[in-house]
Order: sequence, then structure tokens, then C-alpha cells
Amino acid sequence: MIGAFVIAFREVIEAGLIIGIVLAATRGIAGRGRWIGLGVVGGLAGACLVALFAEAISDAFEGAGQDILNAAVLGTAVLMLIWHNTWMSRHGRELAGELKAAGDSVRRGETTSAALAFVVGAAILREGAELVLFLYGLVASGTSGPDLQIGALAGVGAGVLMSAVSYFGLAAIPTRYVFSVTSALIIFLAAGLAAQAAQFLTNAGLITVLDRPLWNTANVLSEGSMVGRVLHALVGYTDRPTGLQVIVYLGTILVMVALMQWSSADKRRRTLRTA
Amino acid sequence: MQHVRGLVLACAVMAADTGAAWANDMPVIKVEMKDGVIIPEIIEVPANTRFKLEITNTGTSPVEFESMELKREKALAAGSTSAIVFRTLDPGTYDVFDDFHPEAKAKLVAK
Repeated sequence: MIGAFVIAFREVIEAGLIIGIVLAATRGIAGRGRWIGLGVVGGLAGACLVALFAEAISDAFEGAGQDILNAAVLGTAVLMLIWHNTWMSRHGRELAGELKAAGDSVRRGETTSAALAFVVGAAILREGAELVLFLYGLVASGTSGPDLQIGALAGVGAGVLMSAVSYFGLAAIPTRYVFSVTSALIIFLAAGLAAQAAQFLTNAGLITVLDRPLWNTANVLSEGSMVGRVLHALVGYTDRPTGLQVIVYLGTILVMVALMQWSSADKRRRTLRTA
Repeated sequence: MQHVRGLVLACAVMAADTGAAWANDMPVIKVEMKDGVIIPEIIEVPANTRFKLEITNTGTSPVEFESMELKREKALAAGSTSAIVFRTLDPGTYDVFDDFHPEAKAKLVAK
């Protein structure tokens, strides 16, 4: 039972943390609940489809199908996160209630909610397919006792709880600072996902350079440990990053910070002109 | 979205092109996973060349072939077979395990 709990919980850590951060990052945007809900449902449906067609996807492109699908899903999620943070550096203060011009941004908030809904869906799709296989296998095999099934469901429940804890933890931050915190979290989240996407492209054989690990910190903090997995989900920790992964990680951070600076500077210029 | 779709398509076409050239000349190494046992315990594979690891789940429970060192994972429902294609591997010994049966461990030896 404990085994089933741990396995199920491990599979939902990443998606759980991402949902918590996304919920906190969209606070105050009208209709975000509907969008995030859509992302969750879409991600679950996608996970079931991927689990169902696992073999066909795997065999596509000479065995690289799964890697290419993962890279595409993660790459799109990274673009959505970049878009969100760029938008947020322009409108975050309005949402935080410092300025009284929320009307326009609340309307436009739909787009960023949709972008983050995709990120939620992508996170669930990626991790969920394995969980679906695991849970379905427990039920379908008929050999597992009810204690295993209860353990697995409790693991999923713990993941949902962690999502709630991370959301309420972030929600406890004073409104003025909450978007600075979530934007910072999203920068590292995006960088980590981009580095993962890069590794999938390496695995698929589409990128063949810089594929050697630069260092190995497995004996300091293993990526497979609980702490390692949480850090992997949050900031993209990996104990043996390749040169490509390090470059993509740092590059994503640079691009995001630059776009956010540009976006908020642009906003200030416009405000000055109209004043 | 248009750009993303274009990029995915481009990647897909690249993979299909290169994939066609590689077809059929890849050694296939078979691995069996059965309810917490990985057979063989020492998986011998060729180093520095392309090969296909064909994994079959012959047990009644789902398995997940995983290696942290190799950065690879593959979940398999009971009774299904799937493959991981390795492009090139340095000679050495790599730990692999079944993420759904943590007691199941094996070693992949590239020579």
C-alpha cells in the first residue's frame, strides 16, 4: 500500500506544483477558474489518449515518437510561460490593485489564462499518461488487493493536496508581491521545462551536439529522491545536466528577463506619454 | 501557434527522413519485465552505435523501465511491448530500474 502511495504521489508531484503556481499567478483574472479547469480536463483526456496509444506513439519516427511528442508539448508550454510573464510584467500591477485601470486588462487576461491552461494541460498530459497506465493496471490486473488501490488513490489525493498547499502558500503572500514571486517561480519553471525539452530532442536524435553531462551531483542530491523530484519540478533540477541543457536553461532565463524588462519599460513609456 | 505547429512539423519531417535511412540496420536487444523482475539482470548492449532496446512487459502489472543516468523512461501496460532507441552510448555500466516496482533493478552494460 505504501509502495502504491509513493509511486502515485511521485507521478503527480510535478503537475500538482505547476497547477498551484499557475493558480496563484492568475489571481484576480476573471474567468481563470474556467480556463484552468479546462486545462485539467484537457490534460486528463490527453493523458488517457497517450496511454491508450502508447505503443503507436512510441513506434512513430523510428522509436522517437514519444520523445518528439514530449519535446513538442514541453516546448509549447515554455512559449506559453514566456508569453504569460511578458504580459504580467505589463499588467501585474493593475491586477494587484495598485492602479485602477483593471477593466482592460481583465478582458485581456483571458489570453494569458488560456496560455496557462495549456501549461496545466501539458503538465498533466506528460505525467498523467504514466499514472493512467499504473492506475488502470492496478484495477485491470485483478491481482492487486484493495489496499493497493486505496494507496494509489491516496497518492493522487496527496498530490492534489500539495497543489492546494502550494497555492494557498503563495496566496498568503501580500498582494503587492505575489506576482513578483509567481513570475520568478515561472521563470525557473520555464527554464526547467525547456531543459527537459532539449533532452527529449537529444534522446530523439534530432540534436546530437553537447549531449555529454557537464557534472554529476547524483551523490549529493539524487534526482530520483523526493527532494530531487520536487526541485526537478520547480526549478528543473537534474543531477547530470548536459551542456545543451545548461545552455537552454540559462538562455530561457535570459530571454524571459529581457522580454519582461522590455515589456514593463514599454508600459512606463506609454504611461508617461499619456500623462 | 502557427509557428509552433510549423516547428513541430519540421522536426517531424526531419525525424522521418533520418529515420528512414536508419531503418532495419539496428541491433535489437530484448528485455523482459515481469511484475518486479527485469530479465536479464545484466543487459549487454553495443557501445557507440545505434541500437534498439525492445522491452516487453510479460507480467500482470504495469511497469516503468527507467534509468536516471541514461535519462530515459518508458511505461508499459501489462502484456505490451515497446522500444527505446539509443543513438550512441559511451562504454560503461548504467543502473536501470522499474519505477513501478522499486525493488526491481538491473544493469545495462555498454561494450
